[in-house]
Parts: sequence; C-alpha cells; structure tokens
Amino acid sequence: MINATKIKSDFPLFKRLINGKSIVYLDSTASSLKPQQVIEAINEYYTRYSVNIFRGVYDLSEEATVNYEEVRVKVAKFIGGKNENEIVFVRNATEAINLVMDSWGRQNIKSGDEMVATVMEHHANFVTWQQLAQLKNAKIKYLDINEDGYLKLDELASFVTKKTKLFAVTYVSNVLGTINPLKKIILTVKKINPEIVVVIDGAQAVPHMKVDVSDLGCDFFAFSGHKMLGPTGIGILWGRYELLDKMVPYQFGGEMIKEVTLKKTRFQSPPYKFEAGTPHIAGVIGLGAAIDYLEKLDLKEVREHEKELVSYALQELGKDKDIKIYGPKNPEDKGGIIAFTIRGVHPHDAAQILNNDNICIRSGHHCAMPLHIRLNLNASCRASFYVYNTKEDTDKLIEGILKAKEVFKK
Amino acid sequence: MDDLYRENILDHFKNPRNYGKLNDPDFEADEENISCGDRIGMQIKLKNSMPKSIEEIKFHGEGCAISMASASLLTEKVKGKTLEDAKKIGKDDIMKMLGVTLTPTRLKCGLLPLEVLSRTLSLVK
Repeated sequence: MINATKIKSDFPLFKRLINGKSIVYLDSTASSLKPQQVIEAINEYYTRYSVNIFRGVYDLSEEATVNYEEVRVKVAKFIGGKNENEIVFVRNATEAINLVMDSWGRQNIKSGDEMVATVMEHHANFVTWQQLAQLKNAKIKYLDINEDGYLKLDELASFVTKKTKLFAVTYVSNVLGTINPLKKIILTVKKINPEIVVVIDGAQAVPHMKVDVSDLGCDFFAFSGHKMLGPTGIGILWGRYELLDKMVPYQFGGEMIKEVTLKKTRFQSPPYKFEAGTPHIAGVIGLGAAIDYLEKLDLKEVREHEKELVSYALQELGKDKDIKIYGPKNPEDKGGIIAFTIRGVHPHDAAQILNNDNICIRSGHHCAMPLHIRLNLNASCRASFYVYNTKEDTDKLIEGILKAKEVFKK
Repeated sequence: MDDLYRENILDHFKNPRNYGKLNDPDFEADEENISCGDRIGMQIKLKNSMPKSIEEIKFHGEGCAISMASASLLTEKVKGKTLEDAKKIGKDDIMKMLGVTLTPTRLKCGLLPLEVLSRTLSLVK
C-alpha cells in the first residue's frame, strides 16, 4: 500500500511554506513534483561526470554513456517494450508525436487519405494531425464522446475504414480522466485495416499505471518524463522497430550519422537516427531515477492509491449541488483526474481563491479546447492526484471551494 | 476576505455596466484570452462630432470576475470620450481602475478588454 505521508517526505518542495502555509499540490497532470532521489541523480551527473556521451574513450565519458544507455534499457522494460532500440529520447510527449508526424506522417499521408483522432485529445495529439491533414489535403475525423465522457466506441467500427491510415488516441484523458480501453480499440481498428498506424498519447498513463506497449498492440507511444517524477525537458517516443527503421531522420547533425562525405551522408539506425546533437543527458539520468522510484512503489499500488483518492473526491465533490463533475463517475475507468465547474464561480476565480490557501489546481482548457467546445465550456477547474496526495487534500480543496462560493454568492 | 475580489470588482462583475449588444454598431471586434478561452466582444457607436467621440459602447461575452469587471469599468470610462483620448488609455489606467495588483497570469484577464477596445478603435478610419 502507498503511504503518501511517508512519500511526501521524499519531496523537498513540501518543506516549503508560502505565506507561512504548507502546499496542497493538485496539479500533477500538468507536471509532477520531483523526489530527492531524482534531484540527486541529476546533481550527481553534473557534479561527478558531466561530460558528453559516445566516443569518448576516457573513463568519465564511458561512465556517462553507460548510465545514459542503461536508462534506455530501463525505459523499454518499464513500458513492456521488447528492445531498447525502440526507445527514442526527445523533449516531451509533444515532441514525440511531432517526430512521428514529421518522419512518418509527411512521408506516408497522401492527398485523400483518412486519419482519425478523438475529440478528447490533448492538443499535442490533435493539432499535429489536423495540421498534417491540411498540409497533405487529407481527411481527418474525430471520434466523439458520450455524455459520461467515454469515447463512442459503438461508432468506432463505422468511423475507421480501410482508407484510414492513422489513428491517434490518448490512453487517459487529461481532463475527463477517462481510461480508454486501448487494447480493445486497437484490435477493432486493426481488424478493419491491418496497415493502420496507431499513435498513443501515453503522457497521463505511464506515470500512474502499469503500461505494456507490446500487449496493447500500438505502433507509436509517446510520454513525458516530467509528469512521472522526472525532470522537465525529457520525453520518450516508443515505436515499432520496423516502422522506425523505415522512417526518415527527424533532425540532422552530429550523433545521428554513420558516414559523411562531401557527396552524401549515411544515417545511423534507430534510435540514434532520431537523436541529433548532444541529448539531454542529465534529463535521461534523472528519468532513470524516477523509474527506479516508481518501480519501488509498484505501479499497481500507485493505481490503487489514485483510484481511492479519485473515488473519495467524486463522492465528496458530488455532495455539492453547485459542483458539476465532467467525465466518468466510475473510479475503475478514471485516472486520478477530476474536472469540474462551480456554479456562479468562473474557474479562474476559483483557482485564484484556492491559491490563497496554497491549493494548486488548474483552471482553463488544459490544452484540450476541442473537448471544452464539445462540453460547451470556456474553461473548467481540474484537480489531479499522485503518489504524494491524501484524502485530506480533497478535504482542503472542498473547504477552499466553499470560500470561493462565499465570495461570489449573490 | 480576499484582496483581489474587493467589493468594487465584485459589483462590476455581478452587475456589469454596458453589457449587451448595440442595435446598430459602427464598429465591433472581439478577442480571446488564450489561457482560459474567455472571449470578449465590444461594439461602439460614434458621435459625428469634431473630433469624433464614442457615443455608445457595449461589451458581451463570458469571463472571470477580473476580465468582466475590467470590461465594465473600461466601457464606463471611455463612454463620451473622444477617440484620441480613448486610445490613450493604457495598462496603468486599467490597474488603477481595478485597484488591485494582478499576477502575470491574471494580468491577461484584466487587460483583455483593453485589447478588444484597441482592436475596435483601430477599425475606425
């Protein structure tokens, strides 16, 4: 079982007081906090072996290279990948998806082709494909959600056709919290068109539950380090090796080449083909420490903990008639994310008043404007939970909401 | 109880002045606050005097207390002003009207109406 109070002591940020008050952090969906173990790993790299990787024959460079490459192996195992050569390090999940768009999409999507995404996507997995469709004069359709915040899966089989070349979907909605039944979805779309390429936005899944990309049957899977206790600036693209191998490079320069002459250049094999220039070595090292930390906690336990927290939040927020909750009401299908609005209080104002008590929630469209348009909302409030959160955090959130309602009462 | 939500701001939020639409506007524009998706539109009717002045102004849209109060206060202030004087209103005037200090994120809310006004005025040839 997760002992959040004990875990909290690993996160130095919680030692900080703002205006003499402690911090209630309910915005891990935007970015998680970082434990001391991760900070120390980064610190150790910068203090003890802060040199470049690859081709340095001296001990320090060997040490840096080994530690960097060890994380690649660690990441592959962590998400059920077969082979570390399928792990490409990028800046974040957004860049991972852009890499697929650039190196696969531009080559393979032609005029008249079809793509399918969903209305619940984060802009990263939405705008990217919308722009590609415009660029190539291809068609893009968006699978809708029902009133409970689930994808309309009964429409999936008529939505995806033999002409659909790409299917982009999120594992967990960053607003509704909906955990999409990906295995079933992928099976359905691959049955319609075995050639379809499935791109998963896994940014809200990998930090919170056990993920197995091989079992899912997807083709590309993107996620970010900073949402899983790791540093900012490091993201991961997992891709099936056969696809990565056929793709053109993403950027050009050092590290990604095999041989350069005045006439031509031969490129490295994946993943190095996609990692031009000196990578974010410290970020990768920090990511490795974050994975160690999460594995020690056990992702199954993390999921159970968040299920308990979201279940409690659904119950308690649900008692207030002025609060409207969006997304699934069943904790089994919902990540540790709860989006809501308060009658008579704009989300920005609610977040501002909660901030007086250092309660950190997010207000706005959470990089999911199409979803908010679908919900007929300008903005919403979003509270999200992680390993360091407790039920008391929800109690404080509710107290804060009462204060906000008091300010805006008619 | 909250510095930011003083009586003046809450009053203008709950009872916004010049809220609605004009029947026959001369110029109109709108603008969105990308951080929250709020959208404010403004319409003006000019008085054919020399120099030209703002005879009527109305705003519409949905937003947080800060952006709505700011729009209400701003429209109240520019009504009857010459175009030249209206264009002189800047960030500091808005801050003075609101009477609070805004963090960088909320500053966008507070300044959205001013942005809409300047877009509307820029349409006047």
